[in-house]
Amino acid sequence: MNPDRTSPDAWVDMLSAVFMIVGAIMSLGAAIGLLRFPDLLSRMHAATKPQVLGLFLLLASIGLQMRTWWVWPVLLVAWIFQLLTVPVSAHMVGRAGYRTKHLHRELLTSDELEAVVQKAAARAAREDGSDGGRGD
Amino acid sequence: MSRRRISLRQELPLLVWLVIVWGALWQDFSPGNLLFGALLAVAVARLFYLPPVELSGRFNILYAIPFALVFLGKVAAASAQLLYLAVARGPKVTNAVVAVPLRSRQDLMVTATGHVISLIPGSLVVEVDRSTSTLYLHALNISSPQRVESLKQEVRSIEAGLIRIMGTKEELETLRMEATA
Repeated sequence: MNPDRTSPDAWVDMLSAVFMIVGAIMSLGAAIGLLRFPDLLSRMHAATKPQVLGLFLLLASIGLQMRTWWVWPVLLVAWIFQLLTVPVSAHMVGRAGYRTKHLHRELLTSDELEAVVQKAAARAAREDGSDGGRGD
Repeated sequence: MSRRRISLRQELPLLVWLVIVWGALWQDFSPGNLLFGALLAVAVARLFYLPPVELSGRFNILYAIPFALVFLGKVAAASAQLLYLAVARGPKVTNAVVAVPLRSRQDLMVTATGHVISLIPGSLVVEVDRSTSTLYLHALNISSPQRVESLKQEVRSIEAGLIRIMGTKEELETLRMEATA
């Protein structure tokens, strides 16, 4: 170990070590949630979200360890692309999961979408054969 | 959507972003490289023309920085909470699907609000109704109607924060009316 505990280097090392451990714990949390949550939609929460923070902490520790500022823009761009893509994939899987009924209704305390879906389905059935089916 | 020309001022944030990505990927922010990147950005924006993103033309950095910090804090807190839920509650967790009507009719604002609320663990967008700009969220660990109400409040306050950062003047006006009412 570095005997000089007061130098800036030691502090940077310590900070990046903490970041790495917490980031790894976040990914572990995602894995535990994937195993333990009951249905697709609640698993989506575990599968997509904790990594946003986990990746942020791991990238930050990479940046701290590299010790050149040229690497920060790349890390930032990588994180921003993660921010842009995670909600889209979560939305696509969640939407498909809801529509194909991969969820446990008994675990929902309220469902304000079901009535809307029922109404749209009833209207689509009424307009059977016409060009309906899309919401207006 | 039609090939309507948008002004350079509205297109500028996109071009700046492309140049930043270019510089970041080369890890080289020298003037020559940035100039070449800018030329490429203009060429890409002209050749591969997408439906224009209708930016409002204003951006308030004074609201943006605190918003980003609060966002990071919320992500951290909610990640820890999700970890706790996964370990402690697991299969017994109760959820809800909640409809949240938004104020804004702008596609960009609805998308941004949906993104922010999806990134904060514990809620994800299941369905979007563009005509009424209503977000349908699936939220984790909702056990009572009060929690549903507080979730709606949170989403609407996130939208208010985004409007203060980059909403149109009309949206700001609605926000002000709401505050005084």
